[in-house]
Amino acid sequence: MDLTLKVWRQDGPNQSGEFREYRANGISPDSSFLEMLDVVNERLVESGDVPIEFDHDCREGICGMCGVMINGHPHGDQKGTATCQLHMRKFSDGDRIVIEPWRATGLPVIRDLVVDRAPFDRIIEAGGYISVNTGGSPDANLIPIPKDAAEASMDAASCIGCAACVAACPNSAAQLFTSAKLAHLNLLPQGQPERYQRTLAMVETMEEFFGSCTNHGECEEACPKSISIDNIALMNRDYLVAKFKDRRKAGQA
Amino acid sequence: MTTTGRREDTKSTRKLPWIFEFYRSDVAKKWVMAVSGVILLGYIAAHMLGNMKVYLGPESINSYGISLRELGGHLVPEEHLLWIMRIGLAAAFAVHVHAAYALTVGNWKARGKVRYDVPREYLAANYASRTMRYTGVIVLLFIAFHLADLTFGTANPDFISEDIYHNMIASFDQLPVAILYIVANIALGFHIFHGVWSLFQSMGANNELYNKWRRYLAWGFTAVIVIGNLSFPIAVQLDIIS
Amino acid sequence: MTTLDAKVPEGPIQDKWTNHRFDINLVNPANKRKYEIIIIGTGLAGASAAASLGELGYKVKVFTYHDSPRRAHSIAAQGGINAAKNYTNDGDSIFRLFYDTVKGGDYRSREANVYRLAEVSNEIIDQCTAQGVPFAREYGGLLDNRSFGGAQVSRTFYARGQTGQQLLLGAYQALARQISLGNVTLYNRSEMLDVVMDEGRAVGVVVRDMVNGEVTSHSAHAVVLGTGGYSNVFFLSTNAMACNTTAIWRAHRKGALFSNPCFTQIHPTCIPVHDESQSKLTLMSESLRNDGRIWVPEDADDPRPANDIPEAERDYYLERKYPAFGNLVPRDVASRAAMRMIDENRGVGPLKNGVYLDFADAIDRLGKDVIEARYGNLFEMYERITDEDPYDVPMRIYPAPHYTMGGLWVDYNLMTNVPGLYAIGEANFSDHGANRLGASALMQGLADGYFVLPYTIADYLADWLNTTPVSTDSEVFKKAEQDVNDRNEKLLSINGTRTVDSFHRELGHIMIEHCGLARSRPGLEKALAEIPVLREEFWKNVRVPGTADSYNSELAKAVRVADFFELAELMCRDALEREESCGGHFRLEHQTEDGEAKRDDVGQAHSSSWEWNGYTTPHTHIKEPLEFEYVELAQRSYK
Ligand SMILES: Cc1cc2nc3c(=O)[nH]c(=O)nc-3n(C[C@H](O)[C@H](O)[C@H](O)COP(=O)(O)OP(=O)(O)OC[C@H]3O[C@@H](n4cnc5c(N)ncnc54)[C@H](O)[C@@H]3O)c2cc1C
Ligand code: HEM
Ligand code: HEM
Ligand code: SF4
Ligand code: F3S
Ligand code: FES
Repeated sequence: MDLTLKVWRQDGPNQSGEFREYRANGISPDSSFLEMLDVVNERLVESGDVPIEFDHDCREGICGMCGVMINGHPHGDQKGTATCQLHMRKFSDGDRIVIEPWRATGLPVIRDLVVDRAPFDRIIEAGGYISVNTGGSPDANLIPIPKDAAEASMDAASCIGCAACVAACPNSAAQLFTSAKLAHLNLLPQGQPERYQRTLAMVETMEEFFGSCTNHGECEEACPKSISIDNIALMNRDYLVAKFKDRRKAGQA
Repeated sequence: MTTTGRREDTKSTRKLPWIFEFYRSDVAKKWVMAVSGVILLGYIAAHMLGNMKVYLGPESINSYGISLRELGGHLVPEEHLLWIMRIGLAAAFAVHVHAAYALTVGNWKARGKVRYDVPREYLAANYASRTMRYTGVIVLLFIAFHLADLTFGTANPDFISEDIYHNMIASFDQLPVAILYIVANIALGFHIFHGVWSLFQSMGANNELYNKWRRYLAWGFTAVIVIGNLSFPIAVQLDIIS
Repeated sequence: MTTLDAKVPEGPIQDKWTNHRFDINLVNPANKRKYEIIIIGTGLAGASAAASLGELGYKVKVFTYHDSPRRAHSIAAQGGINAAKNYTNDGDSIFRLFYDTVKGGDYRSREANVYRLAEVSNEIIDQCTAQGVPFAREYGGLLDNRSFGGAQVSRTFYARGQTGQQLLLGAYQALARQISLGNVTLYNRSEMLDVVMDEGRAVGVVVRDMVNGEVTSHSAHAVVLGTGGYSNVFFLSTNAMACNTTAIWRAHRKGALFSNPCFTQIHPTCIPVHDESQSKLTLMSESLRNDGRIWVPEDADDPRPANDIPEAERDYYLERKYPAFGNLVPRDVASRAAMRMIDENRGVGPLKNGVYLDFADAIDRLGKDVIEARYGNLFEMYERITDEDPYDVPMRIYPAPHYTMGGLWVDYNLMTNVPGLYAIGEANFSDHGANRLGASALMQGLADGYFVLPYTIADYLADWLNTTPVSTDSEVFKKAEQDVNDRNEKLLSINGTRTVDSFHRELGHIMIEHCGLARSRPGLEKALAEIPVLREEFWKNVRVPGTADSYNSELAKAVRVADFFELAELMCRDALEREESCGGHFRLEHQTEDGEAKRDDVGQAHSSSWEWNGYTTPHTHIKEPLEFEYVELAQRSYK
């Protein structure tokens, strides 16, 4: 199939960028979206041009490296799909595809379609963990966890940290990402001791970079793992409790 | 390594009293919006029901106005309870608007200047959710006019203190005013349609058992308020009440 | 020539690790902060090591070329992680896990290391659960297990089809905590391009910041490489696009021995290639073989679609040949069997390059819901890629390069032959011999990082108390930086006509053809003739656009591919010298009458290590004999 691409090109973090158009002819419908970009890039290199930079690695929708706006849809318009899992058969011959980087103050462009997601690491560092040192953990079966709870935690834990939620949100909010990590840990018995300080720390770090939530729900639509905005509600509740709770009494059942 | 992409270049770390400390965060502001939103929703529901008395004739609505002033009976001096409610209402408005303003500014900063080239085709966000800040402003302006019109009478051509029935008809008989009320209440409808659904999320009330009912509730509540409120100017224009 | 001392402790195998921990040097808690340690890689191995060392109080710097530690390739592991918990009461034990792993590795691993791995496996599950890894559970709330190829007990713990992701997130979170506490400093988007040596020991690394191209040096008391495997030498593999050999290859060029480079694993259940533009292969978890049945049509070139072929005309070849294990034979056996079917022209699919993996029976027996609960996400992934619905038509699968058992030689302490340089996880050669059993790489990565290295590194560090690391202004660092810069400039200045990928793809073709599933002397010799020619062409005709002082992924790729050429040659030499078939290494010259691998336990019971002698001088071959006291050497039989 033959396509026209309109791609954002920007040489560096503090430089200005512009859109440029490229022809992508003879693309196999069986190839993935990123393989299509590979082909375009090989041709660019052969013709003496500089290839389009984009982040990617696993190419199977799990590492969270990839992610671009495709015709106004984060990761393209196939639901529950990361950019790397999108296949060209979803497009038609002759299509014009606009490819843009994620846009948000918290996700500055590094080059072309590559953005800096370091704020996500800062959010996790603020409290997205359970403080146990290596060694000395009790037997794994000591604490039974109801299957439904474990499944709900796993649902949230499947977030890949791609930042499509921020890209999709009209407020550039990172609530879905943050709440997914909070739900993963706060729903488990192991996560209870630090539940409230974790919630405070992560929310407050999130707010240094990202916007607030008007409950648009766009994030859930864009999320390649279909993480539910129910997690955001859970986070809001835990945040309020965290502000009120006398944590000295947290040991009481 | 330094992390770029902060919303604010500097963040105040001054320690504030507990309640302000709380209000500093966006999530807390959303709580404040939701709680004040509930108060405002309660008010407009009661207000709409009270105004229904207009259909029962002048005595009914006028005495309703009087009973409002006499609320609390002989236990409290006249109008005191009403003023307490008014202050409460004004406070709810004030924090609601302040939080809305602060969140909007924060969101603009978080979005940055560069926009997507392709207009976003929203899948979940609806017209109502994306226009909250605009419908909110319309409602705010409306209230200013509304108070001048029916409470203080400064914007009313023929205002008679304590004759609510008369004032209402005097006001709505003017076509532009009727249209203004209609437009404003439609805007209010959009605002509360998203608001009613959204406040559950903001207040963390989320349970698979009733999640889908939140949408139905929003529809129902909005329909009742909007139909009720629109009925007054329309009824006057159609001379159903005069 | 370097002589190898594996430093395996004395005593019965059950006591070795306990005794060793007692015997080795310790660093007192107050002194730990006087030591600086560099860790390259934030996969399961690197992240768990960095977190644990940080917790102990060492000053740690950790580097990854990814934007975040959470992206490491470990994230992609689907199936699960083994442990000898015996929660299923089916007779598992540490000894059995040890035994299975040595046997699965076709008796080419070091007994003591494998025993230790089995020993700490249980602690890993405890540790990860405490960290909040949401492992699958039974309705009673206790952990669930599944079975995996090569084992007759159910000992695999899993988190849906995303076990690697969840384990890595656990390690990443532990690491994030240490970063926030200031014990560990993270350098993301930073690629290590050389190990720096001084007086025969490793003293630091040279790193390129991939955002602005800056090349800097970092020094430390010890350097740990947890940089993963090199399957991407085949171009198409199940590994992530960026996986490469540069870190360990640079270390190798500085004196670290490279062991068993030819021991690579081809995974039987991957989605077949569609065309030339394909950039990588996607693995379908091995767990699918628990319920799926593998078959090909009886007749070569049968044109009918799968569902039209009657039962009687299907050949369930694994069940036929290996009745005891059936579809659950180890990977190498399953891969070779599939390859034979395809060679006999009985392959299926448009390119006739696959075999069927059929769930029809399982769906009949268990219901679609059960299958969906077990494999839903894998089925979805398959459908997305192939546009075929595996609930209706059988999946098509094909073997693909997946894991590399070879890597840097390490002793019992996980130190390479270079003092102060350690290798952990897939980067070392230690535990899997000639073939890795499913669900044991995750186990090994975490064992190394959480439970082995944090103890053993003290043994070396203790000798360097109150010394400061070599200054990065010293001659050795400046020279290394210069070399890195020169190399980058050289690559940028060639300005030829071919892209890096075109060379990589061609190298991959040579390797898969001659050093893949089946190897032979003539084939390997042919590869050894072709690779240097291609490599010379690369250095004359590659085109690397852009500059060195900016974000430039083509340059990063070129540096990696340049190292792949050198590694590829060594792999072929190693395959040529290993005159036997064992595990993933199958030499056509060495097979039994019915086509099974034939090991030579007299002449080849060793690990084979290679010492770098410079670009133009051939490597020196060093063998470490393997002795088996506890496991009886037997021809593996899965019949
Ligand atoms: C698709 C797939 C599925 C798998 N499933 C399973 C399974 O179910 N069970 C199982 O046990 N095993 C499985 N494996 C194998 C297992 O995932 C890997 O062997 C293991 O995760 C490797 O971990 P690691 O920490 O050694 O390396 P990796 O996770 O590969 O990490 C390497 C790290 O090193 C960094 N790095 C590398 N080079 C440099 C450099 N030069 N400079 C800076 N940083 C560098 C990278 O950024 C990365 O952080 C699977 C493998 C694949 C490919
Ligand atoms: C009778 C009047 C009003 C009612 C009943 C009302 C009700 C609500 C409710 C219930 C919400 C949802 C809160 C949540 O999601 O937690 C909301 C949100 C909002 N309101 Fe109002 N509101 C009123 C007036 C106003 C006014 C006057 C303004 C602004 C000038 C305003 C601006 C907003 C905005 C911007 C939001 C969205 C905030 C966000 O989610 O970020 N509202 N309102
Ligand atoms: C068409 C619909 C409406 C009608 C007919 C109406 C009518 C009135 C009347 C007659 C009064 C004066 C009552 C008195 O003086 O005792 C009044 C007051 C008021 N109305 Fe409305 N109203 C309408 C809609 C609204 C809406 C939508 C809002 C809010 C968003 C609102 C907010 C107020 C307020 C705040 C007051 C002042 C109350 C007070 O004095 O305590 N009204 N309204
Ligand atoms: S919540 Fe979804 S969209 Fe957001 S980072 Fe996680 S996976 Fe990506
Ligand atoms: S789209 Fe944005 S507004 Fe909230 S529900 Fe999602 S974060
Ligand atoms: S490349 Fe890993 S998720 Fe897309």
